[in-house]
Amino acid sequence: MADPTTAMPASTQPRQRRRLVRDLKAMPGFTATAWLCIVTLYLPILVLIAFSFNENRSVVLWTGFSLDWYAKALENDGIRNAAWVSVKIALFATVISTIAATMAALATTRTKAFAGQGLVYGIINQPLMIPEIVTAIATLSLFALVKKVTGLTGIGYLMLAHAAFCIPFAYMPIRARLETMTLTLEQAAADLYAPPLKVFTLVTLPLLGPGIVAGAMLAFVVSLDDVIITLMIAGPGETTLPIYILGAIRRGITPEINAVSTILVAVSVLLVMLLFLVQRRMQR
Amino acid sequence: MTGTEIARDRKAAVSARALSKTFGQGDYAVTALDSVELDILENEFFTLLGPSGCGKTTLLRLIAGFELPTQGSISLQGQDITDKPPHRRPINTVFQNYALFPHMTVAENIGFGLRMLGKPAAEIKQTTERMLALVQLEAMAGRRTDQLSGGQQQRVALARALAPAPKVLLLDEPLAALDLKLRKNMQLELKSLQAETGITFVFVTHDQEEALTMSDRIAVMKSGKILQIGTPRDIYDRPTHRFVADFIGDINILEGTVEHTDGDLATVRLKDGTRVSAHLGTTAARSGEVSVAIRPENVRLAGAGETPTLTGILENIVYFGAATNLHLRLGTGEEIVIRNPGAVDEGRYQPGATIGAVLQPELIRVLE
Repeated sequence: MADPTTAMPASTQPRQRRRLVRDLKAMPGFTATAWLCIVTLYLPILVLIAFSFNENRSVVLWTGFSLDWYAKALENDGIRNAAWVSVKIALFATVISTIAATMAALATTRTKAFAGQGLVYGIINQPLMIPEIVTAIATLSLFALVKKVTGLTGIGYLMLAHAAFCIPFAYMPIRARLETMTLTLEQAAADLYAPPLKVFTLVTLPLLGPGIVAGAMLAFVVSLDDVIITLMIAGPGETTLPIYILGAIRRGITPEINAVSTILVAVSVLLVMLLFLVQRRMQR
Repeated sequence: MTGTEIARDRKAAVSARALSKTFGQGDYAVTALDSVELDILENEFFTLLGPSGCGKTTLLRLIAGFELPTQGSISLQGQDITDKPPHRRPINTVFQNYALFPHMTVAENIGFGLRMLGKPAAEIKQTTERMLALVQLEAMAGRRTDQLSGGQQQRVALARALAPAPKVLLLDEPLAALDLKLRKNMQLELKSLQAETGITFVFVTHDQEEALTMSDRIAVMKSGKILQIGTPRDIYDRPTHRFVADFIGDINILEGTVEHTDGDLATVRLKDGTRVSAHLGTTAARSGEVSVAIRPENVRLAGAGETPTLTGILENIVYFGAATNLHLRLGTGEEIVIRNPGAVDEGRYQPGATIGAVLQPELIRVLE
């Protein structure tokens, strides 16, 4: 570099970083690219939200504002039942998968390095890489076998399936958080006479809080949103909201579906905002 | 007082016997501590001094119980604690990066140890207040720890470790993260705190000046071994190893051969044939090729008509206010530094001049 200031690396480092940031923004087409990405991501959702307020039955022709479709959606027993089933399954899956993921994360970061640790990471994360349809069929076959042997039926199968596939999603943020937490704090607690259980409840768990909350929310959203596995496993009367919407669309799309979808969007935005607030408070 | 004199009239707080620690296995095994024998006495300010990787922090962690030794034993006031977990040892640690609990206030941090010991709330409150006063942080009791400056965090860490009144306080380079001025203040504060509380302090540092300033006794470590244990004066004036002499302060080292010994004194023939008598002390080097050492302040310029011990060509004069260093190149190629108090006559002492140096015979040491 011809820049004479490079002779003093210590003093030029921050300046270089600042220039890098400025350079990126000054690149030709930066603003246009950014807007293109944002529009591609959010325009469909905006259209969906807009037409949920349409007075007309059409989802392509705007005639006027109305909240009728929301009223209809909320009065629809099919939708209400499906929403309740979804929430029930998601809550169960979240609790079970978060507990399992927390234990797995502790076992893979808070113990002495053991042989095959890399393999364990792989095994926990592998479900993310396997096509969901394969997981779905595998789960279906297993459950068919279990049903045949035990004769048990019910919504439990669907709940367990959700709990299982949510584990790797909950595991990721929890492990990430644990890896940024140094062992020193736990050692300091032990040094100050805290027995192992107290170290865990008074130091590890509170500090791990944001990671656990993030993992739980991710698990909740993933469960709420699942179609493929649910489609395979769900028995009669176990229709979740996404499955209901899928069925309704086959009969023709109406703004009622838009209204339900908008509510789902609102719930997920709320969750993300909550997560952000919790994390900011914990990190302060 | 020498190290051995202290040992006779005081009991040991912490003792290590044949203590070894190896990390890793097989070909990758690293010996962090190698058969360490150590007695740290009651009410003592004891320093483990050495360069990074010498095993001083490992030794501290073994005393705290964060690591288990590969071999050997540790006892506290005569009781074997080798296998006790950290929470069952009445020993507290001030960590290098303080390790304050970020989700607790200053007062909660300080009270943590007492709370874990199951002390009544009133006692916890009282002791916490006393500790806050001791480290002059009364106004900060309700603050979160990340709202404090580095020096304040340091004090909280100290108060937290002192609050449960441990038998031994371990300090792992606690001043390393502070700036120079604050560090100097904290050195004095730590020293007076130790005197006030009467608790045994075991202090780890790589800063030789810090060790000399604060310690009652120092153990100098290298490659997992303790080379020498003694008072700051022992270590500075009577080093036993070339490494110890070199690590602490400035030193002139000359090569020679032991001709004969008589009690504590050895007659050493230097490379240029000069014979000097040097003190053996407790060094294991008693025959054959040895190093002899003398501090620059114990070498003076030969006066007029005086017979110099050594002569050399003056290469450099470095003036730094209180003293002047004269660097002499001897005929053997070895270098010797004379520290002359105050300035020297620059007309007479110029680079290239032949200069005589007188070594104070009682301050020459033989080194291992």
